[in-house]
Amino acid sequence: MSDTAKISLKALRKTFGPKVVLDSIDLDVLAGESMVIIGGSGSGKSVTLKCILGLLIPDSGSIKIDGTEMIGISGAKRKEILTKFGMLFQGGALFDSLPVWENVAFGLLAQRLYDRKDAQEIAIEKLRRVGLTPDVAFLNPAELSGGMQKRVGLARAIAADPDIIFFDEPTTGLDPIMADVINELIVECVKDVGATALTITHDMASVRKIADHVSMIYHGKMIWAGKKEDIDHSGNEYIEQFINGKAEGPIKMEILKS
Amino acid sequence: MNFLAVIGRIVFSFLDAAGRIGIFAVTAFSHMLTPPYYPRELFKQMMNIGYYSLPVVGLTTLFTGAALAVNISEGSSRFNAESTLPIIVVIGIVRELGPTLCGLIVAGRVSAAMAAELGTMRVTEQIDALTTLSTDPFKYLIAPRILATIIMVPLMLVVVADTIGVMGGYLLATSKLGYNSGNYMKATMDFLEVIDVAASLTKGAVFGFFIALMGCYHGFNTRGGAQGVGIATTNAVVSACIMILLSNYVVTEMFFSS
Ligand SMILES: Nc1ncnc2c1ncn2[C@@H]1O[C@H](COP(=O)(O)OP(=O)(O)O)[C@@H](O)[C@H]1O
Ligand SMILES: [Mg+2]
Repeated sequence: MSDTAKISLKALRKTFGPKVVLDSIDLDVLAGESMVIIGGSGSGKSVTLKCILGLLIPDSGSIKIDGTEMIGISGAKRKEILTKFGMLFQGGALFDSLPVWENVAFGLLAQRLYDRKDAQEIAIEKLRRVGLTPDVAFLNPAELSGGMQKRVGLARAIAADPDIIFFDEPTTGLDPIMADVINELIVECVKDVGATALTITHDMASVRKIADHVSMIYHGKMIWAGKKEDIDHSGNEYIEQFINGKAEGPIKMEILKS
Repeated sequence: MNFLAVIGRIVFSFLDAAGRIGIFAVTAFSHMLTPPYYPRELFKQMMNIGYYSLPVVGLTTLFTGAALAVNISEGSSRFNAESTLPIIVVIGIVRELGPTLCGLIVAGRVSAAMAAELGTMRVTEQIDALTTLSTDPFKYLIAPRILATIIMVPLMLVVVADTIGVMGGYLLATSKLGYNSGNYMKATMDFLEVIDVAASLTKGAVFGFFIALMGCYHGFNTRGGAQGVGIATTNAVVSACIMILLSNYVVTEMFFSS
């Protein structure tokens, strides 16, 4: 299996001081599929993505992208592999010192693929792709609503036609209708660029819309993995509690312990 | 509580911080020397740091020069040594007050702004976003800021501070204390030496380095949310001011101790 996997995590471990956030994560994402990781807030979903992107350095384990081990890789090699990635951050993470179009075109300009004029045209085209009009291109990100910022973030994530796209809680903080619009866009954009997608979320509506496969993270481990169709009759009491959103069950919210 | 243990802990945490900041500085310089360069960012920072600090630097040193003249006139008249006033003003301003006041004011303005901006970028994941967009945050954010400050503080702000400070003394002495304009200028020019100007500019460059280093280091390593940004900003200004006063003494010793 792992020789065809686009992304393969083995026994990934990450601690912050005494706090074990990722205990032992195993995950295989196949080329062209859409994998969704679900899990409660603070369960280490974002940390997992950041380890794959090299923004955090895991304590141990293995991360393979297209079969290449990322841990201990040289800076130049890592940079080269990272150009295959697009990422939509949880809070958008738009650069507020730059106009919208420069945000979208940032990766293209950084890779020196285009001059500023061509990059601007591509940015406007990508903005159109996510349903934003060209006049938005010259606004400042702070002037946009939350939903529009998410769209700009999405346009930025797909701007360089990435191989692999990460979505960190793409619908958190949006109203249900806007959330559905964003989910729809994600599905279309991923299909457009033919990318492998890894989404993390706790929004079950997203899961049903976006996922081919689903994995659930709990206490630093993947406790379930399967096809989206199997999620409603998984026979796993953790999954059942999560998708039904019940307070009673095996998952205990760590209210006192933090 | 063991008193020695407390002292020891303080010393170790100080050394620890100094080591981290030292590594940060070396990393920043190594990124300054290797491409890609960001001239657009450098220019933006140079304008922001140099040009926009001019009014406050000019105002401060103008009145300090005048106040210095009042004090010296009062003191020197007791010894019938009024002719020393222009000399003491020019030496005092150029060697000491011009660069030091300029450094402390720019620390308040620029260190704080850098720490707040980079800190906000850190907590809103903008710095992570840069990495995923094929851009090294050290090259794009840190190197231009440090370089711009090292250039602008001595070559623009200290030059202006010295000139306006001396002018403040001159204006007060000629208008209120009855000094002859030509004699005052001649005394000033006769006693100002190249080494005084060299010391002034050296101080400016050293202060500029610490101003940017502390702003960048604390901003870049911000943790937590808005509160973390506040802490980073305070720490940046306080540590920049301490380093300015400390290095002022060291540079003065280097130039003038016999
Ligand atoms: N840089 C960091 N330093 C210390 N602790 C962190 C850091 N990043 C994340 N954590 C901790 O790791 C845990 C998981 O965080 P995260 O992956 O962001 O959760 P989520 O699943 O909601 O995305 C949290 O308890 C958080 O406090
Ligand atoms: Mg998260």
